[in-house]
Amino acid sequence: MSDGPPLHRTLGLTDEEAGRITGLMGREPTDPELVMFSLMWSEHCSYKHSKPLLAGFPTTGPRVVMGPGENAGAVDVGDGLAIVFKVESHNHPSAVEPFEGAATGVGGIVRDIIAVGAKPIALLDSLRFGTLDSRRSRFLFRRAVEGISHYGNCIGIPNVGGEVQFDERYEDSCLVNAMCVGVVAQDRILSCAARGVGNRLVLIGNRTGRDGIGGASVLASAELGDDDAGKRPSVQVGDPFTERKLMDCCLALSEAGLLVALQDLGAAGLTSAASEMASRGEVGLAIDLDRVPLREQGMAPAEVLVSESQERMLAVVEPAKMDAVAAMARRHELDATDIGEVTGTGDLEALWRGEEVVRIPSRYLTDDVPFQDVPRTPAPVPVPIDLAAVPEPADPGAVWLALMGEPNVASKRWVFEQYDQLVGANTMRRPGGDAGVVRIPGTNRAIAVTLDSAEWHTELDPYAGGMASVLEAARNVACTGAVPIAATDCLNFANPEKGSTGWRLAESIRGMADALTAIDTPIVSGNVSLYNESPRGPIYPTPVIGMVGLLDDASTSLGIAFDLPGHAILLIGHGEPRVDASRYLGRCEGLPPRPDPAGDAALFRLLAECARQRLLVSAHDVSEGGLAVALAECCIAGGVGAHAAIPAGRRADEAMFGEGGGRVIASCRVENVAAITALAEGAVGVQQVGTVGGDDVSVDAGGSVARVGLRDLAEVWEGSILRALEAR
Amino acid sequence: MSAAHVAVLRFPGTLDHESAARAVQGVGGEPVYTHHEDVALPDGTAAVVIPGGFSYGDHLRPGALASRTPIMAAVRQHAARGGRVLGICNGFQILCEAGMLPGVLRPNASLSFICRQAELEVADDGTAWTGGRREGEVLSIPFKHHDGAWFGDPGHARVVLRYRGENPNGSMDKIAGISNLAGNVMGLMPHPEEAQDPLLGSVDGRVIIAALIA
Repeated sequence: MSDGPPLHRTLGLTDEEAGRITGLMGREPTDPELVMFSLMWSEHCSYKHSKPLLAGFPTTGPRVVMGPGENAGAVDVGDGLAIVFKVESHNHPSAVEPFEGAATGVGGIVRDIIAVGAKPIALLDSLRFGTLDSRRSRFLFRRAVEGISHYGNCIGIPNVGGEVQFDERYEDSCLVNAMCVGVVAQDRILSCAARGVGNRLVLIGNRTGRDGIGGASVLASAELGDDDAGKRPSVQVGDPFTERKLMDCCLALSEAGLLVALQDLGAAGLTSAASEMASRGEVGLAIDLDRVPLREQGMAPAEVLVSESQERMLAVVEPAKMDAVAAMARRHELDATDIGEVTGTGDLEALWRGEEVVRIPSRYLTDDVPFQDVPRTPAPVPVPIDLAAVPEPADPGAVWLALMGEPNVASKRWVFEQYDQLVGANTMRRPGGDAGVVRIPGTNRAIAVTLDSAEWHTELDPYAGGMASVLEAARNVACTGAVPIAATDCLNFANPEKGSTGWRLAESIRGMADALTAIDTPIVSGNVSLYNESPRGPIYPTPVIGMVGLLDDASTSLGIAFDLPGHAILLIGHGEPRVDASRYLGRCEGLPPRPDPAGDAALFRLLAECARQRLLVSAHDVSEGGLAVALAECCIAGGVGAHAAIPAGRRADEAMFGEGGGRVIASCRVENVAAITALAEGAVGVQQVGTVGGDDVSVDAGGSVARVGLRDLAEVWEGSILRALEAR
Repeated sequence: MSAAHVAVLRFPGTLDHESAARAVQGVGGEPVYTHHEDVALPDGTAAVVIPGGFSYGDHLRPGALASRTPIMAAVRQHAARGGRVLGICNGFQILCEAGMLPGVLRPNASLSFICRQAELEVADDGTAWTGGRREGEVLSIPFKHHDGAWFGDPGHARVVLRYRGENPNGSMDKIAGISNLAGNVMGLMPHPEEAQDPLLGSVDGRVIIAALIA
């Protein structure tokens, strides 16, 4: 051995963890074994810092068919069908190589859905970058979007929504979260649990190369520093054409009943896939590494075991069905290779040139992880903004226009136009509204899906921010008329061992859990991404929530667009707007109002009932930029102006641009106002605040009037991102 | 009487075959998926649709590999007998690569993929492909492509559809769809199969799909 540091430290294991491994094994581990432990015990694979906290999430309910722990969660949507979904991060690879990082992020989450036997029907992504005046951030933003576009378009899954935010806190650590939604007959849902001693282990798809070695431990479980160029080989390279063939092949295999279990190969490759399958099925797996089809020569056994080469799936197949599986793979122009078998030992074994190089009880890798509590050092909760210290604008119309062009508020059309939103011909509400709406193929039902996070709120008041993230996502879904039914989460945080990050993580999870319980939407899958931090500091705590809602009648879905002049404009919901941590204030400061989950639950019920009875024409969540921006967005979408008059509250500018509460701008035919008010039964506030029509959009807040031409608003809002990219 | 059979071609990487098949069904035809390695079209094929997608992952050039598959020889014979062939998006690219339609489809002027609802103006109402729509009438149909800027000699084709308003992709003369001079082979970048259902925003694609079996 050389005099360098011991292997376990190079692999990112602490001395204590190395001692624990030796203790568990009762001997010194072989090098390949140590590599496998280092990956499986990394935060990225084991959630060793976060798993104890995640136990607080509600995960059960009458619709839950499959909760957390499998490749993706599944919920009952009627007709014997389940909707399967999960959100996952690919932050660290995207910060190193944004195109491939984002592309393979899409590939990975799609395989999670395929592994359940579900047909993917929608993609979404939640992206965060530094501000667009930074060259590096513009590069990361452009290339990540191109990566998602390239991969997602080529595999033929419509991209129906998501969000993009810019803030200097993401300059070094961008966030790329991708969500995939699929549909499967409930009696065809596949588990990853390997079963049946003697059954064959089959690797389907791409050959195995050196790409992505150690991605989970090297990239995703440590902070990025200044010498990241050397980590580039840890980023995987995607091939969407193969992924499409893999998807078609796996779904055909599942349809034909040829699979016992299916698992995708993601972080830590074969090691992770095999140990999950073995551990979940309480069996052993023996792999003959010499049979794994390789892309390059001279690979060491450890490299074959942990390669993160993309577009691979691992299946368990009964011996009698092997010929049929091979034939199906050939038909899809893919390799399907018998690489081993299910054993009764409970061990993960690997043979290399006839010698046993690995024998680890699989539960050591998956269950005996040294869980660590995170330090919970509270940060002081800030005081509310003193409104008197915020100058009141002389020209609220100018403020309004400037807000519309603020990249966080502006239309993300430049992004979503690069995505195929329509493939499959089931997309009923395209990106740009509150939530994407996709018909469940072959039915009259539809799902509404969105991704959201309230990161500023979570930074300032993590418990409330966790709640706000859930409720914002649910409100977006509810604005389409859908009933929120279940959620998935991607918790993007900084280093949990530093500062107050651990406390923010714990508190925001508590807030999310309380909000989810209040609105009766369990978490069915999720992902955690920690260490999103550089020497220049941590990201904002960014708990991204993917929410799925159900519309029993697809034809009742609502969009955000105002329709006809003369329609009434309603402000529905609860809460008082505040400037605290608003886009209008422009800073993450102050103390936003605490969310009211019970109030939101009542709001969601009202919106769903109004949609069902076809009482509303449109509905749009009031969020960033406040009521004035929401109103303008409804007008731009409908190509028609509007006038609204609202109380000034504490001050006119706060009434127009303040944020908070659960508020929705809706429109309806005038004759329906009374019926909507009656349905609200006083439990939800319903105020008629204006009328659709004209070429201008105006807001009168207690006599202070902002008025801007619709075309001016639209031009600023729609062109802002492209201008920011092209200006330099 | 049984419905007219419409062969819906499937190459590795074809994505829009299901929506194309549904659209064919919607206008009263019977879609029959046809594999790229087949050497003949299904018996009784009345017309052929080559749906969109990324056949062979766009390797080499969009449509280049698919245009040289066995099934394309059969499609060529079908067209030579006067049979109708509709290429949508990647299908249009395949028809150009196969030499069944003139010109090429270059990358969009923006060099990025664009997905957008388009207004298409009927430029030539003399082919079957626009049904009874008159010249100047407008169809609202989405497009979504990276390589959709048609470039060629319009004298060797009939310009059936043009983008109205701003040119979205840098296509010559704002051309969105062309047919051969005989009028039986049509290619267009927009997706009529995704404009079949009022719930999805437009039904203007029906005339084009209906022309397959008219």
